[in-house]
Amino acid sequence: MVKSNYIIEINNITKSFPDKVVLDDVSLSVKKGEFLTILGPSGCGKTTLLRLLAGFNTATKGEIRIDGEVMTDIPPHKRPVNTVFQRYALFPNYNVFDNIAFGLKLQKVDKREIEQRVKRALKMVGMTDYEHRDVQSLSGGQQQRVAIARAIVNRPQVLLLDEPLAALDLKMRKDMQMELKEMHRSLGITFVYVTHDQEEALTLSDTIVVMNEGKIQQIGTPTDIYNEPCNAFVADFIGESNILNATMVRDRLVSFMGREFECIDEGFGENTPVDVVIRPEDVYIIGNAEAAMFRGVVRSCIFKGVHYEMFVDTPDGYEIQIQDYNCFEPGQEVGMMIKPADIHVMRKERTENHVVGKVIDATHVELLGETFECAEHDLAAGSEVDVAFDFSAVELTDDPDDGVSWGTIRFILYKGDRYHLTVRTDEGENVFVDTHDVWEDLDEVGIKIAPSELHISPIAK
Amino acid sequence: MRSNIIKFFSRRRSWTLPYVLFLAVFVVMPLVLIMVYAFQAKDGGLSLENFERFINQPEAANTFIYSIGIALITTIICIVLGYPAAYILSRMKLSTARVVVMLFILPMWINVLVRTLATVALFDFLTLPLGEGALIFGMVYNFLPFMVYPIYNVLQKMDHSLIEAAEDLGATPRQVFTRVVFPLSMPGIVSGVMMVFMPTISTFAISELLTMNNIKLFGTTIQENINNGMWHYGAALSLIMLVIIGITSLFTDSSSEDAANDGGLL
Repeated sequence: MVKSNYIIEINNITKSFPDKVVLDDVSLSVKKGEFLTILGPSGCGKTTLLRLLAGFNTATKGEIRIDGEVMTDIPPHKRPVNTVFQRYALFPNYNVFDNIAFGLKLQKVDKREIEQRVKRALKMVGMTDYEHRDVQSLSGGQQQRVAIARAIVNRPQVLLLDEPLAALDLKMRKDMQMELKEMHRSLGITFVYVTHDQEEALTLSDTIVVMNEGKIQQIGTPTDIYNEPCNAFVADFIGESNILNATMVRDRLVSFMGREFECIDEGFGENTPVDVVIRPEDVYIIGNAEAAMFRGVVRSCIFKGVHYEMFVDTPDGYEIQIQDYNCFEPGQEVGMMIKPADIHVMRKERTENHVVGKVIDATHVELLGETFECAEHDLAAGSEVDVAFDFSAVELTDDPDDGVSWGTIRFILYKGDRYHLTVRTDEGENVFVDTHDVWEDLDEVGIKIAPSELHISPIAK
Repeated sequence: MRSNIIKFFSRRRSWTLPYVLFLAVFVVMPLVLIMVYAFQAKDGGLSLENFERFINQPEAANTFIYSIGIALITTIICIVLGYPAAYILSRMKLSTARVVVMLFILPMWINVLVRTLATVALFDFLTLPLGEGALIFGMVYNFLPFMVYPIYNVLQKMDHSLIEAAEDLGATPRQVFTRVVFPLSMPGIVSGVMMVFMPTISTFAISELLTMNNIKLFGTTIQENINNGMWHYGAALSLIMLVIIGITSLFTDSSSEDAANDGGLL
């Protein structure tokens, strides 16, 4: 039997709870000795994925292999993994030594060896001479060190870390990050690390897996993920960015903010709608020089320690975020420049809304669980149809009852001159909305669509 | 003068005065009286004759030892029955568990005498003999909820990630229980023991009713002496019981603080 060089193989895992699908057909392979980070906002399914690896939950569908062996029916205590928990989970009835020795004692390791290994583990986490301390007398950082020692002392093949630094203060977190990286290097085992902190992920990992809504969005090295985000969600979640609607005029030429820019991307076709991502540090302010590609007026300028963060308004109504070492006063007119290599072009996931509806009569159609008025058509009542409408055709109302249907705002993406919202209806359908109004995440809104904006076509069988 | 009164009533400490008075009259005074009576001879002079009598006349001492035995058996049965019940309850969905805990506690709202008389009627109906067995049954029936509740409380509040951590480190379900869950539920058990063992030593109504006065517990002995006008001897017996209970609670003192915090009945 040939063993692959993947220590963990996750194949088509789906995990659903009675009211919700938490993981939706996730596949992922982890190389031996890799530091892999699963990154995503809260509720994206990252912790569930880790718990499936540890064996605390079982998947609804799919298969997990660790070191080639199928883990489906193997209980947590027989798996070659150990976990570091977010809230430490140290046993309060044991002291530091007995906490760390817990796993070794269960394996009936020789007493002298236990003592040696515990001492070595303590040294590794910088807690020498703490053996006999009561765990509850330790600070948060010290408790997490003990928790890490308790896991690595068993020499697992994979160490699972569930937001281990989330409960620590910033300074302690930075120190621990460095130590974890060092530990990973010297132990040579595989780390699977779960976090919602993108900076932490970029600092620590060999590979980052970005997740959202139970799906993997992108897998790649930190530089890949940062420089080449594959969609607007990743671009928005990792670091600061300007995400703008654009049109790919032809290869190496993209148009946005009312003018054309040279870029280095190819293969999108001609006149294709795309998104462009420009990192704030990649927009250069060049005073008022002639070389400026476009101009704008500084609206605000805030000192951020190393750099200044500025928001600049362009004459065509776009707002650009810029990071620069120099400060430009608000009100000042500046010229800006973007290098071709710094413009990252992404294929749009969608250009308009498409939902499945049902014809009620000549002027009404059922979609999003409600009956909407539409332009007159001659399709048979009761037939299933595809209903298309523009992002900007949707009108949102403050009071959910004022709309024909209603939903909850789940994701907000700022596009420089407008907001692109994802509104999830009661039935779990997503409606994408372009608007200039400011809404907040999880706002409940009513949904209205003008009859003339609904484009109905029969579904081809 | 007026302002002094206002000042007096506006101090928060002053509000405890009624309770302090109540304590002094109904708790401290009786205790002092027990001490005084216990060390007094019938003629009123200071003496140890009441205690000599306890040691020389084996009847009272034997009842005392027997009572402790019954209390021990009751407590052990309560733990054996109560722990699994509490454990299962702690695993239930919170809303379901609340209802079941309520059912456990519901009978406690009825007076102990009424409950015990009902037990007697039940034994009659089933033509079971009254006696030692009935006594222990009655004691367990009356005190079981006091064991279940504090244990349930501790188990229910236990951080579930501790159990997962133990599994993760290689503990089988059995080892998870013996090495983590059980040791961590000790405060609940201690609290339960204090709620069951101590009151059972001094019960007398349950034993009188469920054994047709055939078995005497220490509480009954004290009650009889005092009813028969032997105040000094009765006081001495009460004092002996208080001291013994005091000593047992000292043994559990180190963990009883946790117990009060984690496993408190209320």
